[in-house]
Formats: sequence, C-alpha cells, structure tokens
Amino acid sequence: MDELLKILKNNALETPANIAKMLNLSEDEVRKRITEYEEQGIIRGYQAIVNEDQLKIDKVTAVIEVKVSPEREGGFNHVASRISRFKEVQSVYLVSGDFDLLLFVVGSDLKEVAFFVSGKLATIDGVHATATHFMLKTYKHHGVMMETQDEYERLKITP
Amino acid sequence: MNTNDLKLRRDVVAEHLRGVPRSGIRDFFEIVNSMPNVISLGIGEPDFDTPWHVREASVFALEKGATGYTSNMGLPGLRREIARYVERTFGLLYDSEKEVLITVGVSEGLDLAVRALINPGDEVLYHEPCYVSYGPLVVFAHGRPVPVGTRLEDGFRITRELLEKQITSKSRILLLNYPNNPTGATLDMEDIRWISEFAKSNDLMVITDEIYAELTYGKKHVSIASMPDMKERTIFLHGFSKAWAMTGFRIGYACAPPELIEAMMKIHQYSMLCAPILSQEAAVEALKNPERDIGEMRSEYEKHRNFILRSLRDMGLKCNEPHGAFYIFPYVGDTGLSSKEFAIRLLEEEKVAVVPGSAFGSSGEGFVRCSYATSLVELKEAMSRMAKFIKRLRS
Repeated sequence: MDELLKILKNNALETPANIAKMLNLSEDEVRKRITEYEEQGIIRGYQAIVNEDQLKIDKVTAVIEVKVSPEREGGFNHVASRISRFKEVQSVYLVSGDFDLLLFVVGSDLKEVAFFVSGKLATIDGVHATATHFMLKTYKHHGVMMETQDEYERLKITP
Repeated sequence: MNTNDLKLRRDVVAEHLRGVPRSGIRDFFEIVNSMPNVISLGIGEPDFDTPWHVREASVFALEKGATGYTSNMGLPGLRREIARYVERTFGLLYDSEKEVLITVGVSEGLDLAVRALINPGDEVLYHEPCYVSYGPLVVFAHGRPVPVGTRLEDGFRITRELLEKQITSKSRILLLNYPNNPTGATLDMEDIRWISEFAKSNDLMVITDEIYAELTYGKKHVSIASMPDMKERTIFLHGFSKAWAMTGFRIGYACAPPELIEAMMKIHQYSMLCAPILSQEAAVEALKNPERDIGEMRSEYEKHRNFILRSLRDMGLKCNEPHGAFYIFPYVGDTGLSSKEFAIRLLEEEKVAVVPGSAFGSSGEGFVRCSYATSLVELKEAMSRMAKFIKRLRS
C-alpha cells in the first residue's frame, strides 16, 4: 500500500506539512495526491475511533449471520446491496463457511434489532436463514485496543 | 579498616581500569532522569514493543518449563535457525554446530571477540564516533584502542587515508560498526571492497558489529564477512535487540570460523555459562517470520527519518543523511556551544533530551545524537521545541 495511505489510515488528522516531511515530498504534492485518492473513491471518508463502551448510551450491536440463496445473475450482490441500504446496518461482508453474509447491525435496544431482523432482514427475497449474536464488549476495533494498556516505562537515555 | 577507607584507596582497583571513564551516556542519564516531562531522543532502543508472537512464545516456554541451562553454545535449534537466517539475508555460510555461538547481546559477543584475539599491547583500530564500549573493552583485554576519526563530509564512512595514518606493526584488529551508532552511516560496496583488501594486505582480523543490519533505508546492507576470503578473518556479531525490539532479552550471536568460536566459547563458558534460556526460546520464534516483523518497523523508521532529517535541515543544521540504524547526528558546533553544553541547555530550556556527540569519542564533539525511534507525536513536538531553541541561540 502507498505510504501516504498508511499514514492516513493510522492518523487521518496528520497534516500535509508533516506528511510531506515524512515522505520527502512537497506539501502541494501531498494535498494533490490526497484529493486524487478522494476523487477515485479510494479514500471513502474520515472517522474517529470511539470507544462506545465508555459512553453511557443506549445502544446494542448485533452480529448477524445470514444464509442467502445466490441469484442466477449477480450472485450475492443484489441481496447484499439491498441489505446494505438499511441505515441500521453498519457493515456487510461476504464470507466463506457455513453462512454467506456477516452483518453488524445497531439498534437502541434488543427489541429494535429483533424487529429489524424479523420484519426487514428475514423477509428479503433470497434470505433464507439468520442467526443473531449480541455483542457484549469491544476489546479491539479497527486495529486499536479499546482499553488503555499500562505502559512499561522505558529508560530515557540508553546507549 | 571499614569499607569507607577502602573506597578512598584508589589503588585497590586494577591499574588498567583506572583510566577508563564511565560512559558519557550514563552521566547524562542521571541528569535527564531527575527532570519531569522530558521528551527523549536519547534512547538507543526501538519504541516498538517486541512482536507479540515472540513475547507469547517466551511465556509459553516458561509455562512448559524452560527454566534451566542450555548448552554453552546455545540451543541447537536456535543456532540452526540463525545459520539459515544469515545465509538467506546476508549470504553468509556458517556451520550451526561449530561456527555459531549464542551470546548475551552483542555486547558480550564483542567482549568475547576482543578477548579471544588480543595479546597484551595489540592495537585495535576502530572508527569513531562509535558505540561507547569499544575503547573500554579493548583496554579491559589489555589491548590498545586506536580510534580513527570519521568526518561529516565523508558521511562518517571510514576513509583509507585516515586509517593508513594509524596503522603500525602492532595493529591486529579492525573493529567495524555499520550501520553505525551514533551517526546512522552505512558503507557502500566500494568501501567494503577496499576495507577487505586493506584487512587482507595488513593481516588484520575484522570484528564487525552489524546489530543494525536490517535497518537500512534505500540501500541493502552488505556484510564484510561475505567478501571473498574474508570469512576466515572475520568475527560477525549480530543479535535481536534492534530489528526485533528485544533489547531487554539480552540475546545476540557470533559467527566465525571454528577455532575462533571455540576460543570465544571458552571465555563464555567460564564467565557466562550460557545465554538465558527464555531469551533463546524467544529468539527461535523471532526467526520464524522475521521479514514481516522487520518490514513494518523499517518502513515506520524510514518515515521518521525523513521527517527528522528535513526538520533539522529546516533549522539550518548541517546533517548527514543517515541510511541506517535509527540515529541522526546533526552538527551543532556552529551555535558556539560544545555538544555537552548544547545538550544540557536544550534539556533545561526545552526539556528535550539528546545525547552529546562527545559521549561517542572526541570526533563526536560538535554533534549530538538524536534517536528517531520514538513516536511520531513526540518526534513532532521535539522538533518544534528544538527549532525554538536554535532560533533563540541564533538571535
């Protein structure tokens, strides 16, 4: 992957001036390349990584396995795209194994998610089975540990 | 007589130790440690954690009961892995049974190497500025340290002209350390070629400390041990501290012809017995997929290097572009301060710690060593504080 993307994936707030120093480029060149990535749709957005467990908010996340009958034309794409359009659905992945689609769905409480599954998801043509797991705790999200680890203090000066 | 009287009697200490100063880094460490909120660029170890699979392997080894001695030479499995690794990485062919010795870091390997080779009065040539232990270890082995200065304008590469000036009939060993601590200098193929020819024509043994070999930027590391007819006169020293971020494991190794390893092993056997078994077990794991672990670190360091190089040059400091290790060695002599004064004032006024170049030998005077193996957040802050400091000095 391009080093520029690696830097932004690690810290989207990194300034073009600093990126320019790190990659030995001019600031203008960095800005131009970021804009290009945005225009090409390679960069799709910038979000903060929030530890929601720390916020006392009413919210549940469900991990849902979905079995789908693939269509003659388009395979899983058509069903996956329909599912993706619901705003309750955070992520949709096509996976190998016992089921086909893996969904992350959020709602304000169990009932809301249950209603979504029975009333919307299960009724979609092509969906023939679902299994819902409620998420209890997040330990690591997008490569970031959700609990602050105790840092082992390093010496300040060493050979 | 009580112990206080004994302390006052300097002559109880062996004569050859009396003239050896404490490490300049050590002195500076005391000052830095007494100050809160310091951003330190003084650290000679990676800011990465040891890869988790390596740490996990040593926990597993502890659980399964790996708590005893190993053979003096080290675990056979580790020596085999090392022989394979140095072959595919540096093109070096060593027999894991007779030509590889596991040591307690490269520090012990160096000590063993000089003690195995030096007769009293033998001269050891080494380039300077250099790691703090080279001169003292030679003195401890009753040899004579002969530093050969290197210069910013030569990119801190050792030059034939300066080396030839120092060679005498007693010169016996040439000690090399590239990629270099503290300058970040590396050698080119032409350098390695003339140095090997020079060693052969002057019948010098070569000890090469290549602890930073994996950390090069834009250049591939070449070991002098891989040059024609060099293996038989070279002791190759390497370890896990830097490229795997395993400094506290204290694990290194020496590769050399059997008669040299045998000699080093004798000292190691009677003084150290063996390297810690848990560290050896961890090192076996480290060699399982090293390219992936090291690749990520290297690409991070390279960005940090580019960042600090540009930042220091923007401040108007003369600076060699470092191609290896994780140090940069800017010239601060034109601020009118000695390297120690510069480091102390930067610490007191801006709370940024760098190591005075003079800690690495007299040819390091006028320079400071900055380590860029630190988080980018700290590096950015350190550079902006240092820029303020330089601006104030010049106004």
